[in-house]
Amino acid sequence: MRDWRYWLAEQRGTLIALAIFALMFTIYISNHPAGLTTNVAQTAANKGTLLALVAMAQTLVVITAGIDLSVGAILVLTNCIASMVVTGNAFETTLGVVFVLFVGALCGALNGLIVIYGRLQPIVATIGTGAIFFGIALILRPLPGGTVNETLADAMTGKVFGIVPASLLMLLAIVLVVWLPFCSSVIGRAAYAAGSSETAAYMSGMPIRRGKFAAYTLGGLLASIGGLFLTFFTYSGQASSATASTYTLLSIAAVVLGGVSLFGGRGSAIGAIFGAFAFRAIGDLMFVFDFDALWQPLFQGVILLLAVSIGALGLWRVRNRLEWFG
Amino acid sequence: MSDTTMGRLSERMPRFIRRIEPPVAISFACIILLLLFGGLYSSAFLSADYLLQQLKVASFLGVIATGMMLVILLGQIDLSVPWVVAAGAMMACAATAYGPAATLAAVPIGILCGMLIGLINGIGVAYLRIPSMIVTLATNAVAQGLMVVYTGGFSPRDFATEEMRYLATGSLIPGVPNALIIWAIVGAGMVFVLTRTTFGRAVYGIGNRERAAYLSGVNTRRVVMIAFIAAGGLSAFGGVLLAGYASKAAQGMGDAYLLPAIAAVVLGGTSILGGRGSYLGTVAGVILITLLLSILSVLQMPEAGRQIIYGVVIIAMLLLYGRSPTNQ
Repeated sequence: MRDWRYWLAEQRGTLIALAIFALMFTIYISNHPAGLTTNVAQTAANKGTLLALVAMAQTLVVITAGIDLSVGAILVLTNCIASMVVTGNAFETTLGVVFVLFVGALCGALNGLIVIYGRLQPIVATIGTGAIFFGIALILRPLPGGTVNETLADAMTGKVFGIVPASLLMLLAIVLVVWLPFCSSVIGRAAYAAGSSETAAYMSGMPIRRGKFAAYTLGGLLASIGGLFLTFFTYSGQASSATASTYTLLSIAAVVLGGVSLFGGRGSAIGAIFGAFAFRAIGDLMFVFDFDALWQPLFQGVILLLAVSIGALGLWRVRNRLEWFG
Repeated sequence: MSDTTMGRLSERMPRFIRRIEPPVAISFACIILLLLFGGLYSSAFLSADYLLQQLKVASFLGVIATGMMLVILLGQIDLSVPWVVAAGAMMACAATAYGPAATLAAVPIGILCGMLIGLINGIGVAYLRIPSMIVTLATNAVAQGLMVVYTGGFSPRDFATEEMRYLATGSLIPGVPNALIIWAIVGAGMVFVLTRTTFGRAVYGIGNRERAAYLSGVNTRRVVMIAFIAAGGLSAFGGVLLAGYASKAAQGMGDAYLLPAIAAVVLGGTSILGGRGSYLGTVAGVILITLLLSILSVLQMPEAGRQIIYGVVIIAMLLLYGRSPTNQ
């Protein structure tokens, strides 16, 4: 039982994100004309899940002290591919889903290879790959369109037993199947260690490269699940650069709100999920309080700016000025 | 990698060539190759008219890339370029609504807006120690939000003033476009600042190791902040010129300038880690990118192909020059 204090310290970011989400969602629901009905919950869950998936993808990379500015482009690329292949009978649809996930993982793996073996800065490397991914998406879908297996789409964005949003169950399944095994495995710990201090991790014989590679690849995979989900949402694919850049930006905002350190080594994908839901709830607040929709981009930008500025509070604790220059 | 063989080769060359860094030389070689390739396709590629037209188009990117280079030399990055360009252009055009005095001051107003956004970037990076890519991404979003609110609430004037059009399309010296002259002035100023002032030396010093620069008595935080303000001002100036060229401002006009600006700086051999690079390289990078784009559009390459080529070129050049040292 003495361990609870360490556990609390480790999970502080996640718990703060949960608290922000709970607060914002309560304000949102109490001002919503319809109150907390299953339909309101379903809409909120679907919008939040999409961002949460991209935020989880971003978290995996951020934990290794990197950043993935191509995450939005992977989302758009897999959205375009899904609108072409996830259709037909059950077998064809399954194959299509597997193919989309494979492409996502491949994009992530490419980022990982370039960053690890090319020894490039993750920022510029992923700006470059992002341009490539978006270019491919434009070739595949110059105009918005396509179809998706509607039975599957409705099932994934609907409700189970008429109460629980299916998207939340899917998110839970992903946490159980992807995130928890990853962060308790040696490779996952190596990803954390590489983000915390690469030299120390190397000296301790951690498999840094495998850890980073796994983080980038899983990041691509999660982004492609996001792309699939976007397709289920819209029933079509669109190579929109606005979607790509918006989701890249929002994923970083959600990660920061979720208590994940942008310097690496701290935070968890669960925090990022709450960060994503909190961010969506804040955005939705504008609608229940009847603000003009025009103000939404500005509002989101200001929240992001404030969220990243909160990270600067740590400067007050610095005793030696040289630590400013890390 | 091939640095040692390059070094041995260059020892046999005349001194003035030896001083040019390999990336700069390769960029210029690529420009000549592109022109020869274009010349084979059509002799119009080698005509003076075409080359001057390309230099004129290149000067807009050149002004923006100058600011980007200053920031990259510090080891930082400025991702707020798209909406700073748009904000500079839109604010300059909007100034015409406020009487003749504001119309005359349109260009400085646009630049001032860019410097203001640059100031926020600078404070965030230098004093709050937020990673530059995050803070500039956030200010980009804020600038976008402000512009959306501004154009959505009431329709502002979006037509460029006579002065802006003259700056971008006129020619003071017959035959030489004004835009090119402006780029030359901006470039000369940048070279002077980088090589002849303490500020310039401090920029290189901070890019190499900020801690060492701080211990040497450089007010590193102020230098970083000023560099970001300058970068914001230059981006906005680029936007003002672009608005003058197109004779109006539009919301998405800056989107096409972030990747090329980074690519041009990196292609010119400036290290993305900071502390290394020359302005001559950036000039080569800007001309190379502009020529590449022009030739691709003559070959009727669609937007998708251009995006892919950008990505591939950036990554390939970085793999050649921009790799971090093996620290293990």
